[in-house]
Amino acid sequence: MTPQLIIFFVLAFIAVLGAASLIFQRHPIHSALSLIVVMVALAGLYLLMGADFVAAVQIIVYGGAIMVLFIFVIMLLNAGIEERTNASQMARFAGIPLTVALLGILAVAIFRSQESVQMALQPAKLADTHSISLMLFREFVYPFELTSFLILVAILGALVLAQRES
Amino acid sequence: MTSFLQANATLIITLIKVALILFIVLTVNAYLTWFERKVVAHMQSRWGPHRVGPHGLLQPLADGAKFLLKEDPTPAGVDRPTYFLAPLMALALSLTSIAIIPFGPQSLHVFGYEIKLQIADLNIGLLALFAITALSVYGVALAGWSSNSKYPLLGGLRSSAQMVSYELALTMSVVGVLLMAHSFDLRGIIAQQAEHARWGIFGWNLWPQILGFVCFAIAAVAETNRVPFDLPEAESELVAGFHTEYASFKFAMFFIAEYTSMITVSALCTIMFFGGWLSPFPASWTFTHYLPSVILIPFGLWVIWDGIRYETIWGRLVLTGIGTVIAAIGVALLVFPPANEFIQGPFWLLGKIFFFLFVYVWLRGTLPRFRYDQLMSFGWKLLLPVSIANVIITAFILLLRGPAK
Repeated sequence: MTPQLIIFFVLAFIAVLGAASLIFQRHPIHSALSLIVVMVALAGLYLLMGADFVAAVQIIVYGGAIMVLFIFVIMLLNAGIEERTNASQMARFAGIPLTVALLGILAVAIFRSQESVQMALQPAKLADTHSISLMLFREFVYPFELTSFLILVAILGALVLAQRES
Repeated sequence: MTSFLQANATLIITLIKVALILFIVLTVNAYLTWFERKVVAHMQSRWGPHRVGPHGLLQPLADGAKFLLKEDPTPAGVDRPTYFLAPLMALALSLTSIAIIPFGPQSLHVFGYEIKLQIADLNIGLLALFAITALSVYGVALAGWSSNSKYPLLGGLRSSAQMVSYELALTMSVVGVLLMAHSFDLRGIIAQQAEHARWGIFGWNLWPQILGFVCFAIAAVAETNRVPFDLPEAESELVAGFHTEYASFKFAMFFIAEYTSMITVSALCTIMFFGGWLSPFPASWTFTHYLPSVILIPFGLWVIWDGIRYETIWGRLVLTGIGTVIAAIGVALLVFPPANEFIQGPFWLLGKIFFFLFVYVWLRGTLPRFRYDQLMSFGWKLLLPVSIANVIITAFILLLRGPAK
């Protein structure tokens, strides 16, 4: 086991643990905190792949800004401990088989494309801001601009919804 | 044993550096509270702490002992894991950010090992700092929420809204500097300013980035929750805000976190806009290299003179002792030119950091607190647009100047 592999397994374990805790915690704030743990563990995995910039942005945007808003809203609504209701009949019967099916499909897909998954790790391409910006503004410029447009529409929508009728 | 030490030399050196910097930062923190109380007191025509030790110099020690020995009740109905996690998070994150600050240009060479005056030299230094700042909101917000009390909850809500709003302006105000430096590395940012070292103070990023500096300075004060942006702990409205329900050492942890982030932000401001460890004088004025001695020796002599006239015998002994040490350091720098050359960078960096810390205290002694709606409209309607405009202007000017080397 190389040190990298050990760190990978530790981080992956933390991420999975955080994700499980996210679902099983009864209180929304504890769930949100677990999600932050997942985000930070993922950032650690990006660091391990040599994608420093992506890791930092992951923490700044997801770990910082977005999750702070989550927690802000939960605090503002003063949400209490969630009540467990009897799950719907659909979920009770279809839930486990569907989960197993999804896991199976994912496992098969990853197993088949072992080589391409490893090829997807291109640390050199994600390492510095120069290559990332070249990729964003040259190779993927249309999807990038489309995404910005989508965000703009969302912002406008929020504005319209928030504006009181005078 | 020796082979083990040699094999893990980097690790051991780093651990020693971490311990040393922790010790220094915590001591400086303690004396920062003394400094703040003294300066604010003198601004208000009071004496400030002066009972414990000469000039109240042992007051921080007394405070620390008090924090350690006080009863530490946990209020009823708190959310226990979060209640205990919050101060830990605040303290750990603010102490971690110090690791990225470089304190001097040259490295020490001891037993053939190169020792940088920095714990972690990252090529994404600034981004890593911002990542840590982004997480440090949680300490305050969770403390407010988990206390199961109205005032802390209000404080926590205010702080999360405030920090999210001002973080945007903080980040945008730095982009101009990054565009000029072509680097996230703090050493790289100083190196870019060092290209104009022959102009001294006029070569710093402060002048081309004056808009960015103003935005950064304001947003940084807001990020550290200090006056006039201390709404999360506004004592006239919210008792003590987010840390109302915290007693004893948990309260002290929030305090240390706040002062440590003050130091980090001052260091960041120095590095990005005030040339870091560069001297404000043109590089050709080598006689200014004696400035540390010129400041230290008279200051030491003045402390000795003050000590001789002090009322208590204990004070006479301590103050003359401190004065002798300060003056001796000044003389030693004159006698050993290599040491003097080595100290130039840290001297200016620490001097500028000290200046910004003084400005923090000055603000506290001068300005009234913002009202909440003023705070929000100021952040979103003025600070953010100005900092974005600064980015656009900088980008256009750099574009007009042609491609970088």
